[in-house]
Amino acid sequence: MRRLPANFLLGAVLVSIVVGIAALSLIWTPHDPQTMSISTKFAPPSATHWLGTDQLGRDVVAQLMAAARNSMTVALVAVLLGGSIGVALGLLASALGGWVEDGVMRLADLGFAFPALLFAIMLAAVFGPSLTNAVLAISFINIPIFARVTRASANQIWTRDYVAAARAAGRGRFAISRDHILPNIAAAIIVQATIEFAVAILAEAALSYLGLGAQPPASSWGRMLSEAQTLMYLAPQLAIYPGLCIVTAVLGFGLLGDGLRDITDPRLVRAR
Amino acid sequence: MAYFLFRRTLGFVLTLLAVSVVVFAVMNVLPGDPALTILGMDASDDALAALREQLGLNEPLATRYFSWVWNALQGDFGLSHSFRVPVSELIAERLPMTISLAIAGMLVTLVLALSLGITAAAQHRRGGDWGVMFLSQLGIAVPAFWLSILLVMLFAVKLRWLPPGGFAGWSDPVAALRSLILPTVALALVQSAVLARVTRSSALEVMRQDFVRTARASGLSQRRVLWRHVLPNALVPIVTIVGMQFAALVTGTIVIENVFYLPGLGRLIFQSIANRDLPTVQALVMLFAAIVVTANFVVDLLYVVIDPRLKART
Repeated sequence: MRRLPANFLLGAVLVSIVVGIAALSLIWTPHDPQTMSISTKFAPPSATHWLGTDQLGRDVVAQLMAAARNSMTVALVAVLLGGSIGVALGLLASALGGWVEDGVMRLADLGFAFPALLFAIMLAAVFGPSLTNAVLAISFINIPIFARVTRASANQIWTRDYVAAARAAGRGRFAISRDHILPNIAAAIIVQATIEFAVAILAEAALSYLGLGAQPPASSWGRMLSEAQTLMYLAPQLAIYPGLCIVTAVLGFGLLGDGLRDITDPRLVRAR
Repeated sequence: MAYFLFRRTLGFVLTLLAVSVVVFAVMNVLPGDPALTILGMDASDDALAALREQLGLNEPLATRYFSWVWNALQGDFGLSHSFRVPVSELIAERLPMTISLAIAGMLVTLVLALSLGITAAAQHRRGGDWGVMFLSQLGIAVPAFWLSILLVMLFAVKLRWLPPGGFAGWSDPVAALRSLILPTVALALVQSAVLARVTRSSALEVMRQDFVRTARASGLSQRRVLWRHVLPNALVPIVTIVGMQFAALVTGTIVIENVFYLPGLGRLIFQSIANRDLPTVQALVMLFAAIVVTANFVVDLLYVVIDPRLKART
């Protein structure tokens, strides 16, 4: 049994903490994250409010926990939505080849011209800013990424003998894609999904910071930071905690993804 | 070579056209009435009809698309509703800010990333290497806007060395440069995290090759070997990432301008969203996407300059 890579272990620990806290917030938070109490605004850390309260007297820990849950939900939906469309397109391109493959890949190239922010800006301008639009924008940028990874890995599998055997046995391209190609490229897709999860967390935070994501009163690390920025002189500590949460979550999923790649594709370890 | 140039240029023009179709489609075809979006729910029917007429909303979609592209090619992006001036004037006014920030950010990124990456490679598996790798892992996870807030809290609020944001124009060059320092650093630190990693792994790859050993054996100093022999040969992957990062740089500029209240295009685009100024948003999104596509095109051409071997293969 090979020793697990350090990045995988550290990533797994950080991800467990963040996901654990997000899950815990479903059943318990120390206070209600939205309850305001102007008389206790800017309270310092204490036994009742572990990290103190914000400008409206809301408990900071409770808000951070609720924000963790929102952030995980956004990332999960965006990666699942964009990922499944991307994987389907990649499998289709690889299975059919020819002009379909060319077409899908040109579309993917086109997708790369739009960073999530630009897409979110367009949606916000037309429909008004909302978390749904942010999720759609992040999903959208995931489509070309997953389409490329899937096609590249699938093309390798299509050259294998057992695929040739399945074709000789008369199985159709879609059946082969489902039964032979997909299971064999699942590792590459999971690695990519973990890394894109980190990217999605970062994107949600940035969009919410800019006002294009979570709208009040929903808790979001990004929005907490944009509120804290206006209070920098009064309560600088409020601008610290949400940032640390973002870094922990992004670092965790990033390291976990790198670690998973090292485990599933040992050739790369040597190359580095 | 001529065929290569022709194919790449054609691909570039087609991509730009496709991008313009996407931008136009998202901004115009999706359900919703732009006139209603701009004027709000309580606008009178007359005002709505007048605005629809002015925006050309009564024309067929295809006609509107072609006239938008045709006018844009001549530098006419229509009229901004909120500022009541041509969008092109707004862009011309704000563009220098964004370009200065992007170029300064890119330069600092390159200097930082190349020196850190080469240092890490030279110190492979020793202290410096671990340090750079740790910093870059952290840099990838830190959002640029949070780093900006931290920088402002330290250098503007606490130490009072630099302004916390805003830009008073170039009439006072010293003040202007001072207000660009924090935004540039915030942009560059985050950007260089990825690039330093790529530089390191690409340099490590090159350092294994025979000609590097030969250069060392013939008595060249470590510094000279690294910067004259290793770096130029490690450039292809680095340029690729620089090109891919251009999208991140554009996004980063938009974010940073909003964090520091810099009057550039990124700030303009957010003001326009708040003002429901659709023609301005549409023009700016198109402009930013065109910048990303152009950067990728230039990178494609640069490959051939950096690595003439690629010419034969393309």
